[in-house]
Amino acid sequence: MDDTPGSGQDLPVIARFEVRRRSYLAPDGAPLRALPSFASDLDLLLALYRGMVLTRTFDLKAVALQRTGRLGTYAVSLGQEAVSIGVASAMGEADVLLPSYRDNAALLWRGVKMEEILLYWGGDERGNCSSGPPHDFPFCVPVGSQAPHAAGVAYAFRLRKEPRVAVCLFGDGATSKGDVWEAMNFAGVWKLPLVFVANNNQWAISVPLKLQTASATLAQKAIAAGFAGEQVDGNDVLAVRAAAEEAIAVARAGGGPRLIEAVTYRLGDHTTADDAARYRPPEEVQARWKEEPIARLRSYLVSRKAWGKSQEEQLAAECQERVEAAVERYLATGPRAPQTMFDHLYAELPAVYAGQRQELEQASDA
Amino acid sequence: MPELTLVEAVNLALARAMADDADVVVLGEDVGVNGGVFRATAGLQRRFGPERVVDTPLAELLISGLCVGMAAQGLKPVGEIQFMGFLYPCIDQLVNHASRLRHRTQGRLTCPMVLRTPYGAGIRAPEHHSESTEVMLAHIPGLRVVVPSSPERAYGLLLAAIRDPDPVVFLEPTRIYRAVKGEVEDDGEALPLDVAFVLREGRDVTLIAWGAMLKETLAAADALAEEGIAAEVIDLATLKPYDEETILASVAKTGRCVIVHEAARTAGFGAEIAALIAERGLLSLLAPVARVTGYDTIVPLPRLEQHYLPSVDRVMAAARKVVGFG
Repeated sequence: MDDTPGSGQDLPVIARFEVRRRSYLAPDGAPLRALPSFASDLDLLLALYRGMVLTRTFDLKAVALQRTGRLGTYAVSLGQEAVSIGVASAMGEADVLLPSYRDNAALLWRGVKMEEILLYWGGDERGNCSSGPPHDFPFCVPVGSQAPHAAGVAYAFRLRKEPRVAVCLFGDGATSKGDVWEAMNFAGVWKLPLVFVANNNQWAISVPLKLQTASATLAQKAIAAGFAGEQVDGNDVLAVRAAAEEAIAVARAGGGPRLIEAVTYRLGDHTTADDAARYRPPEEVQARWKEEPIARLRSYLVSRKAWGKSQEEQLAAECQERVEAAVERYLATGPRAPQTMFDHLYAELPAVYAGQRQELEQASDA
Repeated sequence: MPELTLVEAVNLALARAMADDADVVVLGEDVGVNGGVFRATAGLQRRFGPERVVDTPLAELLISGLCVGMAAQGLKPVGEIQFMGFLYPCIDQLVNHASRLRHRTQGRLTCPMVLRTPYGAGIRAPEHHSESTEVMLAHIPGLRVVVPSSPERAYGLLLAAIRDPDPVVFLEPTRIYRAVKGEVEDDGEALPLDVAFVLREGRDVTLIAWGAMLKETLAAADALAEEGIAAEVIDLATLKPYDEETILASVAKTGRCVIVHEAARTAGFGAEIAALIAERGLLSLLAPVARVTGYDTIVPLPRLEQHYLPSVDRVMAAARKVVGFG
């Protein structure tokens, strides 16, 4: 016992907190405990599986496009597919998604077309005028800066008494930023219908979690803001989906915000502009491949006799075909006239800038 | 018509906008029960409730970010930053989000928000309460930057800013919050957001200013008139976009121009105006363009701040110099 002066051992405890961890499937796909009720819906589980496989196929193709000079810098979600898919699958159409730049899977689930995502990372704003729900936010590049937007969106729902929820995804690095804290703090004060999801993939480019925070969990950061945080196995799509479903239901019912920390691992580089071998031993990555989410759910589905080799081959071919078709549409998208960079700058371009637009038009005609 | 101070006109416009449109929400530090540290939001929470007049936590980045999220959802948020010196955490949101949400989504999401903040020196305030960094904001494409210099224009311009479909930063000159009074009719009439106001016509020299510096500039014009110099005074009022044509037309008439601003000289907004005149009005110039500005130093604490601010004498001296040139 610490009896040094000032240790406070004789003072009463005025608050205690708990953080729980949710997981259903072991890395080998074996159930660890009773599964959530939605797991009895085999079609849903297959849809989650297909969503993750499509995302991985798409990601690999996007990297190939980047390597061959046909796409700009791209952030893969390799190994983290369960986070975006699990969360997006628990959302309603009218809810609002506020994604980070790594949440391709969530966008795809919500109806954004693959060619639109490619168009954005291929350097064209038209990719953000996408086929997903029109109220969803586009990818957010400045880390964590979408969290205050999520609070603003959720505030609008609360003010209008709309039964909608804002869902904000960000990475472990973002939890070090004031933006995320300020948004969580406000969400707690106003009991906003808002679910924060921290995709804890252990690495913020080259900075490992232990240099990011001394906090035992990221989930506990919610406690200081006055609401619950829960840690889930982010490689277990059932756990992510169950946690998101519950948090969204609570938020929708007026119970206020929650933070879900989804613990996963970034199996790939930060982006195509990064080389993780510079700062991360390959053995570490190799070991983490044993925990990845797609093989895990596949093992479970196989054990339930709901999946087999022929379905796997068929799905792989189907995903490949869909991705190739999307790439063709992306590559066939014609350029815009240079002067369209003035479009959508303001609702109506102020007259004073008309000359610059014209100047550009003439310069590009010449 | 009632005589109001500038800050009372701001309050009147906010009340009008909130009464007219249920989507208008006011948020900021101490804006609710307290009515704002300058009283700009006095009485609004009592009238419109704590959900539409929101006392936020002490977090400026949050205030600007909330505005973006609310605006994307179709609300018309009017955020208050207590002093411009505390606005800098909002720059991230203004540059990376508010100004470009419409553009980066090609019109799918828009950002009809207003961020109001008192600014400028001369009220003997503590450190960090006196800067005029409007040019930092005027450099951001996709944003509007508006500066009223009278109660009437504060009312009409703020209504316009709130109704505008794009993000507007509304800079309120603290030094004249209560120093000027004027008749303001609560008629709900907005003023245009890209038109400068010619406050006084004259043929000899064009004096251009905005915000609190109009006080010295108009006083200088009065005094110059007694010396036989007829100064034309332009209140620029909107820095982004700004009214190039009114400036050029005036300089074409007078051939002489003095730009007055309290911000530091280097890369101040006066440099932009001088460049415009050099590019498009050079041949009508009869004398070099002059700038009367704050100095390229830190705005000093109150004991010296009056020496930092451009004075009536400095404006007059510059006007005499350009009128007497050549």
